Amino acid sequence: MDHAIWAEGLVKHFGETKALDGVDLAVRPGTVLGLLGPNGAGKTTAVRVLATLLRPDAGRASVNGYDVVNDAHQVRQLIGLTGQYASVDETLTGTENLLLIGRLLGIPKPQAKQRARELLAQFELTDAASRATKTYSGGMRRRLDLASSLVGRPTLLYLDEPTTGLDPRARAELWELIRRLVAGGTTVLLTTQYLDEADELADEIMVIDHGRVIASGTPDELKAKTGSQTLAVRPAEREHLPIVTSVVGELACATPDVKGRLVTAQVTDPKVLPAVVRKLDDAGVVVTELALRTSSLNEVFLTLTGHPAEETDENGTDGSDQTERSAA
Amino acid sequence: MTAITATPPSAPALSPRVSPIDGVRQSLTLAWRTIVQVRHNPWELGDFSFQPIMFVLLFTFVFGGAIAGDWQGYLQFMLPGMITMNMLFVTMYVAQGLNTDLTKGVFDRLRSLPIARWAPLAGRIAADQVKQAWSIVLVLGIGLIMGFRIGTNVGGLLVAIVLLLVFALCFSWVSVLVGVLARDPERVQIFGFTALFPVTFVSNVFVPTETMPGWLQAFVKVNPVSILSDACRALMLGDKTVGTPWHVGSAGPPVVQSLIWAAAIVLVFAPLSVWALKRKI
Repeated sequence: MDHAIWAEGLVKHFGETKALDGVDLAVRPGTVLGLLGPNGAGKTTAVRVLATLLRPDAGRASVNGYDVVNDAHQVRQLIGLTGQYASVDETLTGTENLLLIGRLLGIPKPQAKQRARELLAQFELTDAASRATKTYSGGMRRRLDLASSLVGRPTLLYLDEPTTGLDPRARAELWELIRRLVAGGTTVLLTTQYLDEADELADEIMVIDHGRVIASGTPDELKAKTGSQTLAVRPAEREHLPIVTSVVGELACATPDVKGRLVTAQVTDPKVLPAVVRKLDDAGVVVTELALRTSSLNEVFLTLTGHPAEETDENGTDGSDQTERSAA
Repeated sequence: MTAITATPPSAPALSPRVSPIDGVRQSLTLAWRTIVQVRHNPWELGDFSFQPIMFVLLFTFVFGGAIAGDWQGYLQFMLPGMITMNMLFVTMYVAQGLNTDLTKGVFDRLRSLPIARWAPLAGRIAADQVKQAWSIVLVLGIGLIMGFRIGTNVGGLLVAIVLLLVFALCFSWVSVLVGVLARDPERVQIFGFTALFPVTFVSNVFVPTETMPGWLQAFVKVNPVSILSDACRALMLGDKTVGTPWHVGSAGPPVVQSLIWAAAIVLVFAPLSVWALKRKI
């Protein structure tokens, strides 16, 4: 088989809402596909269909050649799922949560205990192993959630917004864990609202909006298309604004956007920063702010669709992934 | 950077379905989870022990004399009904546990595992039988300390307990439906208790049916809470009036009627609950 995950024309409605509107995707074994999109874009629905939790209204999908509807039981033996909402039993300890999954998978008790110990050590939760998980921090919960999905050594892992709501340090730790999993040969389907997360982890990115794939490619291809970074310059003097705008416009790949005294533009090449500094210095312009930062999902969306990513839609066709779940 | 090995060296053969025996084993594993929860938090047992203790004391000593002439006689009459009523309240914990699993995403995790589709629900219902058994033993124990006397024998008492647990098992399907329909665990409490209060109080748990107005008697007589209470009275006190001011009938008819009610509840609520659950997830 060529693809670990393969889907064609997936459609899923929740009442009037089209959560998935003909999604095709393919993930090669051992690679990471990042599904990038705002809340309510259909990312969670796609994962739930591929994890056999939802039946698609139309289209087909398979995991290692097993159909997600007809061979659901086989698919479940291959996958691990880490949901957007850390789905650990809060009243159980870390060890007990992992032991429960191990026992459900039919692993004999001594081996299940051994596996729980291993995972807790790998995820640096050994110290908290015998504490109820309701006392865990957000980052610890996510780590335990991820560990829970690995008990059965799945070859495929679905990570639905694994770092949403985590602080930067916990986020970086989780990224590191995911990288190690991928290095171990696991195929990963990752959903995220953050461009930098997809950029960090994914071999290929698919941008989805309103249940449709609006762009796909490697992170580099996507960056080349949209401008991966945003350059921001604020001159000290208002009269320098035209010079700054023209300098930025010359070096950036898009027309600069001027808000007040702040000039911003999408750029692809980080080398523009020193170039901007040189040119502004030559022109004798003093700046109070000069920054190069990763573009937000909003900025990418603006470039790709011409409209900003909407958090909520006036038609009620959008909403968070939570409402997506309960809308059924 | 060390790789976390997640891939087995060779892919094992995948089984196409779960055997029923595995399903039972998985349900028991999930039931174990609830036992562990109670072990971690024994206060939870205390939470649902306090109210029945208060009720038994209150009804026996405050109302008992006024209702039955003397509190000892009233205790004999009321306790089997109190055991029934309290156990039905305890079945609402099925709803609360299920709703917590649904809202916290635990149910999704379980459904993504290669386990029997019915195991998460069966495990939840099975686990709560432990709490129901505890509630029976608790109220019975308080009663015995206060002077409740078994008029039959251990056999009759055991049959009563088994009957109560079978009824609770069937009645759990009502609780499952509540758990699925409620928006959050807090609302389960309100929803469940609002529904259970009138059904349990408008029964013969506290007073004999004959003392009520005729139009109400019609309802009280068919109320399964009354029927099950009557069955327990007969099984615990015996055919003859044992220390109660009122007559206790024979056990046969109320036991059979209780079982018919239990079967009817399953027939209506099991498909309804499964349908609601499928719609929700």
